[in-house]
Amino acid sequence: MFELLGIPPQALFGQLLLGLINGSFYAILSLGLAVIFGLLNIINFTHGAQYMMGAFISWMLLNWLGIGYWPSLLLAPVVAGVSGVIIERLLLQRLYHLDHLYGLLLTFGLALIIQGLFRNYFGSSGLPYQIPAELRGGQNLGFMFLPNYRAWVVVASLVVCLATWFVIEKTRLGAYLRAATENPTLTQAFGINVPLLITLTYGFGVGLAAFAGVLAAPIYSVNPNMGADLIIVVFAVVVIGGMGSILGAIVTGFGLGIIEGLTKVFYPEASATVIFIIMAIVLLVKPAGLFGRTA
Amino acid sequence: MADVTITAPATDAAEQADHSALHRTLFIAMAALLVVLPFIPVVGYPFFLMKVLCFALFACAFNLMLGYGGLLSFGHAAYFGFASYAAAYTAKHWGLTPEVSILLGTASGAVLGLAFGALAIRRQGIYFAMITLALAQMVYFFSLQAPGFTGGEDGIQAVPRNALFGVVPLGNDTITYYLVAAIFFVGVLLIYRIIHSPFGQVLKAIRDNEARAVSLGYRVNQYKLAVFVLSASLAGLAGATKAIAMQLASLTDVHWSMSGEVVLMTLVGGMGTVFGPIVGAAVIISMQNFLAGLGAWVTVVQGVIFVICVLVFREGIVGVIGKWLKKPL
Repeated sequence: MFELLGIPPQALFGQLLLGLINGSFYAILSLGLAVIFGLLNIINFTHGAQYMMGAFISWMLLNWLGIGYWPSLLLAPVVAGVSGVIIERLLLQRLYHLDHLYGLLLTFGLALIIQGLFRNYFGSSGLPYQIPAELRGGQNLGFMFLPNYRAWVVVASLVVCLATWFVIEKTRLGAYLRAATENPTLTQAFGINVPLLITLTYGFGVGLAAFAGVLAAPIYSVNPNMGADLIIVVFAVVVIGGMGSILGAIVTGFGLGIIEGLTKVFYPEASATVIFIIMAIVLLVKPAGLFGRTA
Repeated sequence: MADVTITAPATDAAEQADHSALHRTLFIAMAALLVVLPFIPVVGYPFFLMKVLCFALFACAFNLMLGYGGLLSFGHAAYFGFASYAAAYTAKHWGLTPEVSILLGTASGAVLGLAFGALAIRRQGIYFAMITLALAQMVYFFSLQAPGFTGGEDGIQAVPRNALFGVVPLGNDTITYYLVAAIFFVGVLLIYRIIHSPFGQVLKAIRDNEARAVSLGYRVNQYKLAVFVLSASLAGLAGATKAIAMQLASLTDVHWSMSGEVVLMTLVGGMGTVFGPIVGAAVIISMQNFLAGLGAWVTVVQGVIFVICVLVFREGIVGVIGKWLKKPL
């Protein structure tokens, strides 16, 4: 067996794959944050809690109602998305005339509530979620063993990210969305229901987070705290990439996941902080972010 | 940042003098209260009082940046917690006296504030909050991974209270309480002085209209960095004092939830007011003490308070009182 810089290839490619998976979560979550920020001008601090909700909803569907992985891949984001619609209509809507910071504070409070409630009910030890039967096992690629489920997560995230990009950049609905982001008043004057668009956008962003949560459930244990630290990393990803471009968010998410995975192989001590260090460097070199529009 | 504005500009010198007189009276009353508090039953536990005062100073330091600079830092736990580690470490392992440990802790907060501030002011608004949060998370991971310095999961426990200046023994909680009260009082006076200095006026101008401040020729970034460093140093002072008073420095102090708590204290008390963060800290710490038996429900309650404050109570307790009195507090 060959070795690369003294690292056995199994370890290298294993971490690379794990990095790619984390990267796909970063990509989906930062994409959702960017879409929500574009239209609502709110940084959704609840995003991590909503990712966690996605995982828990799929766990509840399985253990309480006997609904398996495949239906919950669609159902959990829908349920979470509806909860997002309710949050937007009841709470967020009251903040649009205020400074952006109040949106951040409100969603931070919501995140505390949601995480606290789940911790009270389920404890913080974490619950197992089985990999669906169709995706158990894996492929031997010669240089590494590729578990089927992990390959599926990367492919599914890529497909969802690209589909979101396609809808926003290439369809009529996406055109409305971009118009409302650019100038809500004028868009409304053309007869487009902007408040409805805003509500649905928030619901969609929450649904994306929940989708990532369902994908994550069989890999990580389903835990009330699973989104709390992740959301801070995703914030750093958003600062690095800038929120101006959809493809930028996807590329940055996957790229940083891979860099994090490589750091785990070559210098594990820095793996938790490498993304923050990259953020500091990007701020020094290109303050607007890699794909950001200079304001 | 127009929405954060709470203090109305004083229209004439007489009104200004009126406000100064009120503030002087309030400071004298506060000093008197600090002296007698340990003798008042029910609330008079020095340990509890010290905790409240440390967090009140922390919240005031945070408010200097948010309320007067219009800069929402979501990572103030970094300066508070790192300074508390520095003070605890130097007191325990180097055997330094409390005043030196606290000064070293404060200095470490200042250095960290200078480094992080220089990075964070490169972006505005929402990005600023995210950057400060991410940088603070880096400090958290560092604290987790450097058990030689921080004690890892255990923290630094049983921090000794060495003799103050090498002569005054801090034998019991009451004596230590008066040290903490003195530090708190001087800290708040300093913040009051900063707010009402020409520097503070420029700061408020930047908060209210940054573009206009730039057009008037102010180097906005230097002011932002200066207030960032001041705020981080004072947060460090609070953290270092806390480490000596509570005899503990732990991961809780550097965690993001601590950054959230200080935001909550300031919001509840009233941001952009001098006395608001003190009231807010007292309310939140009392609530945590009162609800301690409820475990994770405390988080839920704090979240609910957050939501209510943002939706219907943005001026905070002291902000509302100030509005009734028609005077900035």
